[in-house]
Amino acid sequence: MIRLRRRDAIIGGAACLAGSAAPNAGAAWPYPGELVGAHAALGHRLRGGSLPGPSLTERADVVIVGGGIAGLSAAWRLRRAGIDDVVLVELESDVGGNARSGRNAVSAFPWGAHYVPLLTDESVHAAALFEELGIITGRDAAGRPIYNDFALCADPRERLFIDGAWQEDLLPDNGISAADRRQYGAFFSAMDDWRRARGSDGRRAFAIPLDLSSADERFRLLDRISMEDYMRAQGWDSRPLLWYVDYCCRDDYGTTFDQVSAWAGVHYHAARGGIASGDATPTVLTWPEGNGYIVRRLQAKLAPARCDSLAWRVRPADSGVAVDIYEPAQDRSRRIQARAVVLAVPRFVADRLLGRTPDTSHSYAPWMVANVTVARLPQGRGAPLCWDNVVYNSRSLGYVVATHQSVAQVQRRTVLTYYWPLSDSPPSQARAWALGRRLGDWQAMVAGELLRVHPELEGAIERIDACVWGHAMIRPTPGYIWGPARAAACEQTPPVFFAHSDMSGISIFEEANERGVAAADAVQAWLRG
Amino acid sequence: MDAPALPRQSPAQALLLASAFAVATCGLVYELIAGTLASYLLGDSVTQFSTVIGVYLFAMGVGSYLSGRIEHDLLGVFVRVEILIGLIGGFSAALLFLLFAQVVDFRIPLYAVVGVVGVLVGVEIPLLLRLLRDQYALKDLVARVFTLDYVGALLASMLFPLVLVPKLGLMRSSFLFGMLNTGVALWLLLGYGTALRHVRAHRIAALLVLAALAAGFVYAGRIMEEAEASIFPDPVIYAETTPYQRIVLTDSHRDLRLFLNGNLQFSSRDEYRYHEALVHPGLSSVARPARVLIFGGGDGLAAREVLKYPQVESITQVELDPAMVRLFSGNEMLTRLNADAFASPKLHVITQDAFVWLKDNADRERFDFIVVDFPDPSNFSIGKLYSLTFYKLLRRIVAPGGAVVVQSTSPLIARHAYWCVVATLEAAGFVTTPYHVFVPSFGEWGFVMAADRTIVPGTAYPPGLRYVSADTAHDMLRFPPDMDRVPADINRLDSQVLVRTFDAEWSAYGVY
Repeated sequence: MIRLRRRDAIIGGAACLAGSAAPNAGAAWPYPGELVGAHAALGHRLRGGSLPGPSLTERADVVIVGGGIAGLSAAWRLRRAGIDDVVLVELESDVGGNARSGRNAVSAFPWGAHYVPLLTDESVHAAALFEELGIITGRDAAGRPIYNDFALCADPRERLFIDGAWQEDLLPDNGISAADRRQYGAFFSAMDDWRRARGSDGRRAFAIPLDLSSADERFRLLDRISMEDYMRAQGWDSRPLLWYVDYCCRDDYGTTFDQVSAWAGVHYHAARGGIASGDATPTVLTWPEGNGYIVRRLQAKLAPARCDSLAWRVRPADSGVAVDIYEPAQDRSRRIQARAVVLAVPRFVADRLLGRTPDTSHSYAPWMVANVTVARLPQGRGAPLCWDNVVYNSRSLGYVVATHQSVAQVQRRTVLTYYWPLSDSPPSQARAWALGRRLGDWQAMVAGELLRVHPELEGAIERIDACVWGHAMIRPTPGYIWGPARAAACEQTPPVFFAHSDMSGISIFEEANERGVAAADAVQAWLRG
Repeated sequence: MDAPALPRQSPAQALLLASAFAVATCGLVYELIAGTLASYLLGDSVTQFSTVIGVYLFAMGVGSYLSGRIEHDLLGVFVRVEILIGLIGGFSAALLFLLFAQVVDFRIPLYAVVGVVGVLVGVEIPLLLRLLRDQYALKDLVARVFTLDYVGALLASMLFPLVLVPKLGLMRSSFLFGMLNTGVALWLLLGYGTALRHVRAHRIAALLVLAALAAGFVYAGRIMEEAEASIFPDPVIYAETTPYQRIVLTDSHRDLRLFLNGNLQFSSRDEYRYHEALVHPGLSSVARPARVLIFGGGDGLAAREVLKYPQVESITQVELDPAMVRLFSGNEMLTRLNADAFASPKLHVITQDAFVWLKDNADRERFDFIVVDFPDPSNFSIGKLYSLTFYKLLRRIVAPGGAVVVQSTSPLIARHAYWCVVATLEAAGFVTTPYHVFVPSFGEWGFVMAADRTIVPGTAYPPGLRYVSADTAHDMLRFPPDMDRVPADINRLDSQVLVRTFDAEWSAYGVY
């Protein structure tokens, strides 16, 4: 768990945090808890400059800036290639990035990404990683992966609170008209067609990793319109169906469907379809700490990362690259003279490191994630408690139960991870608004909905911790995925290499992993001349 | 023309105003009690609270309207209303708890009680206003009475969740506030004795109600037991709520029955059929059964059967609830039933969650015979104990030549569920030997033996068995057409078909 340290907020002098950091200390909130969050204050020092020049120098083959899935995957790939002289620098106190997690006396819990769908055939690098980590335990006669049973999301998976009761599955079913059902049928049959569709290049129309998708214009045309426009153009106006599709966009992209590219919106439904050995229905992989499990296992295979370190300047020098790193504990900077650097950070951060003005064509969605520790399990009329519990027509995405994968018969306490994309106003406005809110405000927002749906939890909420992600994920707005901005962002410029899911335009584990692996391969080729 | 109001008496004013406060507090408490009780018993607290509040407020409106029809003897009516509220409101929680098990639709008595209390409470405030109308200017009167009314409501709403429910419970709270209402009536009878007719009769009535409520308050615990007993057909002789379950023992004509969370676990009259069938066909087939493992079976009855084999050197029993083991190793009636199995030096009890224990011990020890005696897969947590993952781990702790037996619900009532268990065991790599037995208190019951071979039940059994013999063991393997094998899916952690199938089949059976 990353705590926002008051000291850092003060030295950082970031105006937007003045409201959130200082009053949190000792204030009486509705519930015990902490506002945890990205090291925004320290990170924002990138903007102001005024960091001490390097007083120490060392050498390394490769420096990786950023310990999210992309950076860790790059380090993993380099290690497999026999390149061990690698330094991974991380701003926070722990690696993980969007897959970071926390833990308390009740359970481990995610602060961000909490699942991975069963891998597609094209996700070969992610599959190799999962095999190394024991998440894939073998292959059956047909070559299909056998996943670790305890990682496959247990049944029952999803339920929706609608009309005062819980129903199984997220697609609204209670009180749905025949006309709605016809549109459901048409929508899912269209998504099935997209899933099976292959282009003239023999590639799937919608693949993961996304760059392996077909280049046919008929598919890419979808990137020019919004998902909402696509739905309207098909004549789909069923309110519950539109709610569902919008929900999916907010869930994966933190963005409402009127601002999501239809290509990305369809990708959500058509690209997944990984198959596991056996006759199990398609599911996802999850752990109590979410993708933090992958981070923990991956980290154990790598050299220790240098955490609490702010890389602040990256400059080509001496047939290599100089990376200057500020160490706040010592209030000094260190220069690492490397042969190559992998910038596994969002592009606006990479631009700052390189002394460029950030390219505004990349836009990022802000999120709030809260972990609610409860003394008893939520109940409710209708379908029993599931892994993912969603409230119809809410602006939140609902909550995930951290202890869902437990096989113990009796569970009393648990942690509910509440996801709330701040998608109702333009990202910069939402970000400013979010950073000005205090822990108590988030607690009231989360508890308000939770207790409305679960009045039986009155008095059972032990604590609510919250995390605000100012730049949680890249937004696949129309034109971004197959437009010039992303194409430019994907160019590698030795000795500076880039690895981040924003180069894919969708922020999912497989893309981050793929970008890390691709950067590592490019680095390797460069080093070998 | 209204009846004359009260004569000017300053202590009397204070008395009436104080009663307005008490009346408001009591009124809200009854509403909260009914709402909470309905949520407890019927679930879905949003619906219960909102309908109870709605009915209650509507009934108060009816009461207010009716108060306009009262022309004479305002104080007398007020006192009688107080006594009645004390009586009905005070007994409301106990009455509703007891009625819950008796009536077909609990909502009828629920809304009846809420309605009657609501009407009576609705009469109170208008009457009070009229009683006090000559003592204050209208604006002051309305201001004071309503202030006290609302402050009283605040007090009630704070007391209820913070003090009453946690400290006293619903039933005692209801009796306490009944006494408070009756107390107000008695107080008025003392203060205004002269202004009333039949004072003596009123006082006696109020005292009687007060005494009844006080008795109810003292014996609320026993009424609670009574309410529970009426859910069970036979007298409850033992009940305990553990962190894991509600344990209830009933006894009637030497038929001892154990219920866990309301589900029958055994009847002492025919449990021998179940437990002999559970243990002997499998155990008798194992050549050298030195080490035995029992999952569940906290009643010690499976262990009793296993202990009939002198070759057995040790029994490991993994049971979730230590209270079960304590009960079945301490109570004389129960130790007689399980032949004091827990006192055996061979038996070693581990109180832990079965799946967690198996996951941690899958490669540590092996057993020659394993009894898997879990509750039926009626929910997703228990369903995990019947999953492919559980059976794959289980297979790793079976010693060479060993065998497993799994209790697996009724193949007659839940035919697909039964064969789903069989299919899942086979998918885990076991060779299965399904069989069944008739247990009168349960009906037709199914088990599955699982090993690396088809099990042939032994021909020699320990002496003294009442049901299993070489002949019956052979008969148990035959399945008549109405419960013969059907194709079934495999029960996995990530697609728990068993729980859904089990639920559908038992629900359909309940309709007959």
